[in-house]
Amino acid sequence: MSTATALTWFARHELRLAWREWLAMITGGRRGRKRAAAIGLVAFAALMHLPAYAVIGRFATLQAPLDKTSLIVLTSTILLAWALMLSQAIESVTRVFYARADLDLIMSSPAKLANIFSVRIAAIALVVTGMALLFSTPFVDVLVLNGGARWLAGFGVVIAIGLSAAALAIAITILLFRLIGAARTRLIAQIVAAIIGAGFVIALQIAAILSYGTLSRFAVLTSEAAAGFAPDAASLLWWPARAALGDLEALLWLLSASLVLLGAVMAVFSPRFADTAIGASAQAITSRRSNRTLAFRGGSRQQALRRKEFLLLKRDPWLISQTLMQLLYLVPPAVMLWRSFSDTSVAIVLITPVVVMAAGQLAGGLAWLTICGEDAADLVATAPLSKAAVLRAKIEVVLIVMGAIFAPLVAALAFASPLQAAVTGCGVAIGAASATAIQLWFRVQARRSQFRRRQTSSRLATIAEAFSSIGWAATSALALSIPAGAAVSGLMTAAIMAVTWKLSPRRG
Amino acid sequence: MKSEQTALEVQGLTKRFDRLAVDGLDLSVRAGEFYALVGPNGAGKTTTLRMVAGLLRPDAGSVAIFGVDALSNPIGAKQIMAWVSDEPMIYDKLTPLEYLEFVAGLWGVDPMLSTPAARDLLVSLGLEPHLNERCEGFSKGMRQKVALAGALVHDPRLIILDEPLTGLDAVSARHVKGLLSERVRAGCTVIMTTHILEVAERMADRIGVIARGRLVAEGTLDELRAQNGHGSTSLEDLFIALVDVTAEAA
Repeated sequence: MSTATALTWFARHELRLAWREWLAMITGGRRGRKRAAAIGLVAFAALMHLPAYAVIGRFATLQAPLDKTSLIVLTSTILLAWALMLSQAIESVTRVFYARADLDLIMSSPAKLANIFSVRIAAIALVVTGMALLFSTPFVDVLVLNGGARWLAGFGVVIAIGLSAAALAIAITILLFRLIGAARTRLIAQIVAAIIGAGFVIALQIAAILSYGTLSRFAVLTSEAAAGFAPDAASLLWWPARAALGDLEALLWLLSASLVLLGAVMAVFSPRFADTAIGASAQAITSRRSNRTLAFRGGSRQQALRRKEFLLLKRDPWLISQTLMQLLYLVPPAVMLWRSFSDTSVAIVLITPVVVMAAGQLAGGLAWLTICGEDAADLVATAPLSKAAVLRAKIEVVLIVMGAIFAPLVAALAFASPLQAAVTGCGVAIGAASATAIQLWFRVQARRSQFRRRQTSSRLATIAEAFSSIGWAATSALALSIPAGAAVSGLMTAAIMAVTWKLSPRRG
Repeated sequence: MKSEQTALEVQGLTKRFDRLAVDGLDLSVRAGEFYALVGPNGAGKTTTLRMVAGLLRPDAGSVAIFGVDALSNPIGAKQIMAWVSDEPMIYDKLTPLEYLEFVAGLWGVDPMLSTPAARDLLVSLGLEPHLNERCEGFSKGMRQKVALAGALVHDPRLIILDEPLTGLDAVSARHVKGLLSERVRAGCTVIMTTHILEVAERMADRIGVIARGRLVAEGTLDELRAQNGHGSTSLEDLFIALVDVTAEAA
């Protein structure tokens, strides 16, 4: 087999693996669900056109040349998409290093490793770009339908930013391996991904709060100060925006630059990919030590369970990165709260839905980890403890952790507005309880490492969790502004919960 | 140290999945006995033991552990029993000592007793250098030893093990076998499934042969030879003869 044939064959193998992984994620790993998944995807894509229209529809009539404010808004939107893609790509690359079971086989084969890993890097870039294309299609569709075919260039921009995000993600991850070692890279990479994904929006929001007393990032982007700082219209910085508007020259440059970046990453990092992979697999056989060798602690059986859950949560890299992400999203409301002590702005009301929404999302993840993610299910099932006692102890852990995270924020809010603090506290409690209940009703025993697949095990649970978080967040916000609206919103969310329970496999 | 007391009494145990996995099985194991359950793949060994351990609910039949009805009083039965599966299920992010502390807590063992017991167990299984290392980097053998130590830390009267020696190296297997023999000498009852017939032949007081969800033969090695008219044949030859006969009869 010639080198080129071998590489084509390996590329096909990589794409097949990626396709099957994606299919398993979409179908929840169950056969016979392909048609339902395809229908669901098409319906989801069709539905996504509505929010896409709401977000981006007004930009469809934009024509070149753009004024500075429009250039800033469009460029920032592209930068935000790129940051999210980079965040996702770092997560994917880290997963490839730690999770691929075929590294031994590949590295023991007589194939040239640099070539093989070049293909793997290219496959990662293709997968990241493919996902980006999938998610961006409703947005580009809306622009094309309302603004003409010139917006098709938007797909080219998505490809360019997808390839460059993947290239940079590979470089960042391998550099992290080199700098801090395999043992810490997984956690740090997740934190870096969270910060990159959320950081851009949060920084804009904080700037908006400090300057204009609002959470809207557009307040900064459309300000005269931003226009004053921005470079001339001829600057390279605006090329992605120009490319999106249909400037073919800018688009070709953008695509070329992304491909060159990816090529450079392949050339520089393919030979090191193997070393990094060896480092990651070697990490699995070197354990981290704990210093505690004191006497065992006493207490009830439930206390033993709770202690174990707290210890595992403390050592869970996913939870740390997700908590950090939620805390990052809480930074703007916290800044707003701090600002409102000196300025009694009505915008402080916006804190409540953000906090309630974050609580619902975090509680869902926590509940899955403690209730479903049991690595020693047989041990717990054979312990002299009733199932109800086990579940109760696990739910207590979720609620205690949620209390520890959100109580300080609600307490701080009480100084600014006791009523709002009370409403926020209730919203957090109900949102967290609802997310936990959904996980309880749809619980399926799994290993903690399968956390990524939790959202595919039951589509209904995932959707119900999202709607419940949004519903309770809206209800809390309305309770502070339009109480009658809160009653309607609360009843609707309660109805969603009732229907979810009715459809759940655990009712009764 | 066998007594006349019955450690496990199973009657008419039945379980059906898409086919009949366990078919009205009767089994009686005396206290202090080392009992090996052998049989071909899919014979119903694991299903039987999972029902005894309370991990599966039988469709019919009864299970009593030292006279405690495991179906009506599962917590009472679990208090005096331990289960070790072939795939050690331990927590990657806990150290062996932390794992044993958790297990001791679940069984409500006094920390004054469980702290030295846990250390002794881990040391006797050759895990002393790894007491404070997280289990995430452990080999299959080390994980199996941690799981076994967990099963023993609450000093159960009945230990049920499903293929505990699978994947263990010779040294680890010897550690495990030594520890089990020691427990039996101290009066504990051990029931173990195994595909390694040599282990059953050497270690077990009695051997039960299970095929198609039914107990087709039971007794000491000599009794099995006598029942089947084979003078001094090995357990392997006996096993093949018994399983072949069952397959033909079916």
